[in-house]
Amino acid sequence: MATTASTEPLTPSSSAASDTLNQAAGLWRYMKRNPSIIAGFVLLAVIILFWGFGTLMTAPEDAKDLAFAPPNKRPSFENPHPCYSSENPRELCFAYDNEERPHLLGTDRLGKDILASFSQGIPQTVMIGLIAGSLGTIVGTLLAFVAGYYGGILDAAIRFIVDTLQTIPGILILIIITIAWREVGGGEMTFIQLALIIAMLAWLGPTRVVRSQVLVMKQRSYVEMARLSGMNGPEVILKEMMPNLMPFIVANFVLAVSSAILASIGLEALGLGDFSSNTLGMMIYHNIWYGSLVNGWWWWWSPPIVVIVILFIGLFMLSRGMDEWANPRLRRRF
Amino acid sequence: MTVDYLARRIGMFVAVVFVATSLNFFMPRFTGQDPIATRLELLAAEGVTTRAEDYAALIETYNAKFGLDKPLVIQYLNYLSSAVRFDFGESITKYPTRVGELINQAMPWSIGLLVTSTLLAFVVGTLGGAVLAWQHGPKAAFELILPPFFLLAAVPYYLLGLILIWLLAFQAKILPLGGGYAPTTLPDWSDLGFLWEVFKHSLLPALSIVLASIGFWALGMRSMMITMQGEDYMLQAEAKGLTKTRAFLRYAVRNAVLPQTTALALTLPHVVSGAILVERIFGYPGVGRVLYEAITGFDYFVIQGVVYIIVLAIAFAMLVIDVIYPLLDPRISYSSS
Repeated sequence: MATTASTEPLTPSSSAASDTLNQAAGLWRYMKRNPSIIAGFVLLAVIILFWGFGTLMTAPEDAKDLAFAPPNKRPSFENPHPCYSSENPRELCFAYDNEERPHLLGTDRLGKDILASFSQGIPQTVMIGLIAGSLGTIVGTLLAFVAGYYGGILDAAIRFIVDTLQTIPGILILIIITIAWREVGGGEMTFIQLALIIAMLAWLGPTRVVRSQVLVMKQRSYVEMARLSGMNGPEVILKEMMPNLMPFIVANFVLAVSSAILASIGLEALGLGDFSSNTLGMMIYHNIWYGSLVNGWWWWWSPPIVVIVILFIGLFMLSRGMDEWANPRLRRRF
Repeated sequence: MTVDYLARRIGMFVAVVFVATSLNFFMPRFTGQDPIATRLELLAAEGVTTRAEDYAALIETYNAKFGLDKPLVIQYLNYLSSAVRFDFGESITKYPTRVGELINQAMPWSIGLLVTSTLLAFVVGTLGGAVLAWQHGPKAAFELILPPFFLLAAVPYYLLGLILIWLLAFQAKILPLGGGYAPTTLPDWSDLGFLWEVFKHSLLPALSIVLASIGFWALGMRSMMITMQGEDYMLQAEAKGLTKTRAFLRYAVRNAVLPQTTALALTLPHVVSGAILVERIFGYPGVGRVLYEAITGFDYFVIQGVVYIIVLAIAFAMLVIDVIYPLLDPRISYSSS
């Protein structure tokens, strides 16, 4: 947004710079009136800083599990808990031998350094959210424009499909598809595939919400004007309606990312995730599986919960703030 | 209300239920999993050994028993007829328990826990959200109490459940760790001590649902109330000299509670399945757990039965809302949809 001024060929460069400054200042003034957006960005920045810290302090191999441990540390029939000792509190087991890096957050029962798991798992979880969220938003928005703008039989068909699919609980469809997909892949499934599965249902919400906005906007005089002046359907949609609905679509995108991450953590916690990944949901799964709550391994179960809570609250604040930005009527009394 | 509208809406209901139940039939079959083999593996795990030559015969017997040897079309027709009769036959993994029996056993647990906690959260959240948007009420106190609940609303139920288990069951040891009742007691619904046990076991899962959803209802109600305050009839109420309380209760809350009720009716049926994870974490013997066990065991008939009930409940709730809503809110007419 701030760079549009500098690409304008007729504007002298000095005033372009001040334009950019003015726009940035305007943006900042607006942000100050919308504390939700700031809070959202700050919380997400905390996650990014934590990820960066973890990446600096650990090496990728620190997140390897017991299968990579030297033979004497690997669990066997005679020695099922090879590195389980009460000497080092907060260190259950560590697969990869190193002397130079301390385990700042301790290690888990799988032989992983917990901080190193996060530096791998946070981008993986965010990736699932971004893939499923953006696919869902793009497909949903396209369908919504087709249904809302053209109406008729297409609208009826799309509405019927959305209504029907929303009648069956989403998590149930996702569980069944995930089991089928794992079977096809011979029991293996990457977290990218999990994201694609979640995307299969992620378009339902955006389709429904954006369609109702399109219906309202279709009645606006400037859209009628554009149609009367001879623009065809795609032109009206792309040039008149899309730019005006963009804030709304962006606000919905944040929501779609958040619900995709929610769905992924749910599936993973049920044991339907990618076992070679370190996503936040897999950490929850392993915690439930090894009963870390009742074993008192608080340093293992608390960090993923804290990170997930900060992530969800951050996305929630961001989407609320963006809602306000997209729909200024909400601004009055916030 | 026109007959035409009602007919169209009921036609829609039948169509939605039909498509959803058909999906329900085909989806588990697309997994390519063999429910009979799964059942035999289970038997093997229990110590029942089968000779190799018996194995094939056993699979045949079971397939014939459950009608899985028939062509898919016949299976589908059988399924549709069983859906109409509400009889889904016997469970594969828990043979010879009937599907209806499994659902009947689990349903009271789920409804008791989930409906109670959802309603409680709805009432508390809606009232809180209303007061929060009322300029003349005890706003300040609510402004301190409610925001933490907005944040909790962003946290998944089951994570809150984990934290509560650790705090109240593991650390403080006030409440049990999980299950529907203590494993040392026998279920006897006429015994007060047993009822107390059940109540104690339901507190933690209920608390995690209530705490996580109060904020959701409060937020919805608050924004609805803010929209109401801009309406002309609020100005009129003030102009007529009505007391602040009357204008608040009869004009603003009365109108704002309508969309809230719609959301509640649509949430209730989802609650049954949405709590799969809560029931799993707390080991609670409800429908969510039956469904989870059926899905992991590829027990077609149980999956079909449970999903059918849920689909029917949701579609029916939508039908009732669409038919009743114009009666509750005269601004909405039947013809507009």
